Amino acid sequence: MSLYEKTIHELSHMLKAKEVSSVEITESVLERIDAVEDKVGGYVTVSKESALEMAKAVDALIASGESLSDIAGIPVAVKDNICTKGIATTCSSKMLENFVPPYDAFVSNKLKENGGVIIGKTNMDEFAMGASTETSYFHLTKNPYDLTKVPGGSSGGSAAVVAADEAIFSLGSDTGGSIRQPASFCSVVGLKPTYGLVSRFGLVAFASSLDQIGPMTKDVTDCAIVMNAIAGHDKMDSTSANITLPDYKSALVDDVKGMKIGIPREYMGEGIAPDVKAIILNAAKKYEEMGAIVEEFSLPMTDYALSAYYIISSAEASSNLARFDGIKYGYRTKEFEDLTDIYAKSRTEGFGSEVKRRIMLGTYALSSGYYDAYYKKAQQVRTLVKQSFNDAFAKYDMILSPAYPNTAFEIGGKITDAVQMYLGDICTVSVNIAGLPGIVVPAGFDSNNMPVGVQLIGKAFDEMTLIRGAYAFEKNTDFHTIRPSL
Amino acid sequence: MNYESVIGLEVHAELATNTKIYCSCRNEFGLDVNTSCCPICTGMPGTLPVLNKKVVEYAIKAGLALNCSITREGKQDRKNYFYPDLPKAYQISQFDLPLCTDGYLDIEVNGEKKRIGITRIHIEEDAGKLIHSVMGDESYVDFNRCGVPLIEIVSEPDLRSAEEAKIYLETLKSVLQYIEVSDCKMEEGSLRCDINVSLRPVGSDKFGTRTEMKNVSTLSGTQRAIDYEIGRQTVILDNGGTIDQETRRWDDGKGENVLLRSKEEAHDYRYFPEPDLMPIVVSDEWIEEIRATLPEMPDVKKARYTGELGLGDYEAGIIVGNKSMARFFDRCVELGGNVKAVANWLQGDIMKVVKDKDITFDDINFTPEDLNELAAIVDKGTISITAAKKVLAKMFETSDKPSKIVDELGLAQISDEGAIEAMVNAVLDQNPQSFEDYKNGKTRALGFLVGMVMKESKGKGNPQIINKMILERLEAYKNS
Repeated sequence: MSLYEKTIHELSHMLKAKEVSSVEITESVLERIDAVEDKVGGYVTVSKESALEMAKAVDALIASGESLSDIAGIPVAVKDNICTKGIATTCSSKMLENFVPPYDAFVSNKLKENGGVIIGKTNMDEFAMGASTETSYFHLTKNPYDLTKVPGGSSGGSAAVVAADEAIFSLGSDTGGSIRQPASFCSVVGLKPTYGLVSRFGLVAFASSLDQIGPMTKDVTDCAIVMNAIAGHDKMDSTSANITLPDYKSALVDDVKGMKIGIPREYMGEGIAPDVKAIILNAAKKYEEMGAIVEEFSLPMTDYALSAYYIISSAEASSNLARFDGIKYGYRTKEFEDLTDIYAKSRTEGFGSEVKRRIMLGTYALSSGYYDAYYKKAQQVRTLVKQSFNDAFAKYDMILSPAYPNTAFEIGGKITDAVQMYLGDICTVSVNIAGLPGIVVPAGFDSNNMPVGVQLIGKAFDEMTLIRGAYAFEKNTDFHTIRPSL
Repeated sequence: MNYESVIGLEVHAELATNTKIYCSCRNEFGLDVNTSCCPICTGMPGTLPVLNKKVVEYAIKAGLALNCSITREGKQDRKNYFYPDLPKAYQISQFDLPLCTDGYLDIEVNGEKKRIGITRIHIEEDAGKLIHSVMGDESYVDFNRCGVPLIEIVSEPDLRSAEEAKIYLETLKSVLQYIEVSDCKMEEGSLRCDINVSLRPVGSDKFGTRTEMKNVSTLSGTQRAIDYEIGRQTVILDNGGTIDQETRRWDDGKGENVLLRSKEEAHDYRYFPEPDLMPIVVSDEWIEEIRATLPEMPDVKKARYTGELGLGDYEAGIIVGNKSMARFFDRCVELGGNVKAVANWLQGDIMKVVKDKDITFDDINFTPEDLNELAAIVDKGTISITAAKKVLAKMFETSDKPSKIVDELGLAQISDEGAIEAMVNAVLDQNPQSFEDYKNGKTRALGFLVGMVMKESKGKGNPQIINKMILERLEAYKNS
């Protein structure tokens, strides 16, 4: 087994036992990138030199007998909307093609503090708007399980590079399912933490009240390890929660006996592919076998949540993306008449069509005369969605569902139909609307051998239960061991 | 037709906090271009605002000083518009839940008190500054002012003339300076105002259509801008025209205003709650803590000076008008000093030195205790006023107590009646003719004799005692 195929916890043991160096691991991953990146296209930037420097620095620390975190010396890929000091952070947009931030995001800094080796920046849907990574300005990312299919999105690059062993783990961001859906498509573990658990400082904002950064890993143990490294209060983010953090690794317990799990009928209804439905029901059966109590229930407001999501996220995006105006940084049009012309042309030329669609949608929803009908109404729906989850969690410890109604679709298959693309988000957006944590773990393959993940949704700040539930599932199944052949 | 003008002001005051409203950059005027800015206040991607608590404290302090209700749970909103001096392309402000509402400010118009309503006070961030090249073909942005905290104080349309608006602005300025939340230096742009003006026939209780005037940045400009706008609207109405609801821009150099945008061109700012910031929660305890730090307001102070302390209206006004002098004076009074004497010293000789040296009363190197002591020494007759002025000059230079200075300079007066009587007797014995002169109506003789005794005492004799003693002797001779 090559080094690049291993998990964080495996490599961390080897590093601590001095069986291997971080430079060796990093070189192994870089070789893997050289070998398969042409096919996968998961990266926007591979920062080979700075990665090797970081690896050397960690090796020096290990040699000096320093006690290190579990991610020390481990190559990590970072989604390209998370600022990395000195490394281009493009959001896969022409607008920020040459933007090199002079500061680190909170999580980038956390990775560095913990000795993580940042190996590159991953491709994504432009400004995280999309569910297939097809809206990237740069290039497509392919699903490592079938190169004619999408990896999902918007964190498609982060999912694909982990599935293709081009990184040991990665960070993604999730505004409406952007970690969980690609995790499902690429058979990796993806966690969208509770809103406020991981600082958003340095995450280029799409929808401020929904965005969260989270880990994408090869197994649940690695997920817990990464959470230990990146969660925590940040005084630079006013929405960051100031809570006492648990040791997420202590949730790695193979025991769900007596755990109450609900399956929302609304997530399993019309539109869900039969194979996906069967896999999710199998997962439910598995939990029953393991001693959990599983039952169906109704989670009202699901349909409205999708509409509310698109209004709120687009409204916030229209404001968040206004700063890209061609004046201070980023793309500026070459020829212009006056100030209005700079704005109009730079934004017309610098943004792709999906981004422009959302800006227009959001601008409309906030306009005077329409605010009450759209934005305000959507916020009211948001309150009701939270309430319906609260009611559910009075009965259940976790909610189990698909992350997406289908497996990965063909490249070019849905990109032409925005509404079709949006409807797919039905299983994931409510979680963001309510600010809850959701984890996706590999749960099977459809008749075309495309992966399907099962989503577990928990109470706010109850990542411990999700990790425990996901870990027990992983321990009692072997879907996560089936890797793509590239 | 005769019109009544109806005026309301929106005053923007920069708060004198150490740092900016959402980042830790220094909040200071006059720094080199783009030396006080960071990724947060220049709106770089991924950065987030964190509210400076001092800004809320100062805004609440202003609200309390202006008799407002304080909102217990406020929020901040985004005001979206494009302009190169606004790097995020939205200004974080407060839309529907301002920190302070429903207050008032009492002003004095022609000796009569008038109450001006305060609709609201909210917090917001300032924008940067554009610098245009001399050739006019390039523009640059200075981000130092980006994120400087502001409060916007919106008055009710209670003002009826340019004069009233000017008095309101002056009074408001002195309140904000008194509570030390803003420097209110109009020349540095730390106090700016937008002016709403409408006209209506005298006696009407309906408001006319108003215009809003921007870019007014001096006190005298305020008055001229309002008078100009009243004139402009009067001409239109007198010619049977109607006023359009529009925004106009005051050009102080030309002394006129021009149309900036019509109602149709008004911006749609698409306000919505700022998702990057949490609600501002204000507890009763916090409000009371802030209230406890409020100083006595200028109008209350002046009333106390003229009432309880018996100062004249003019001198009370002078002391109240100078915050550091008032502070010094209040301390003297607290310590039981001679109110009138201390007031005289402060406004006279001390004020002169303070002005000459370009310092404040906080910077002078003697204390209120020292000044009280000086006044007491004079009261006791230990030294003359002339000598006291010498002592005061010395007090500015050393930290010695006045009594010590008096000793050192040998300025103590001879007030011992026995000693003075001996000198008086000696002088009278040498000048017998003076008795006759005085009897014959030559009252100058008194002055001559007092002068002789003063000379005899080498200037230290207490002139009052000498005067009294000689007068008694001369009168006795005259009546004998």
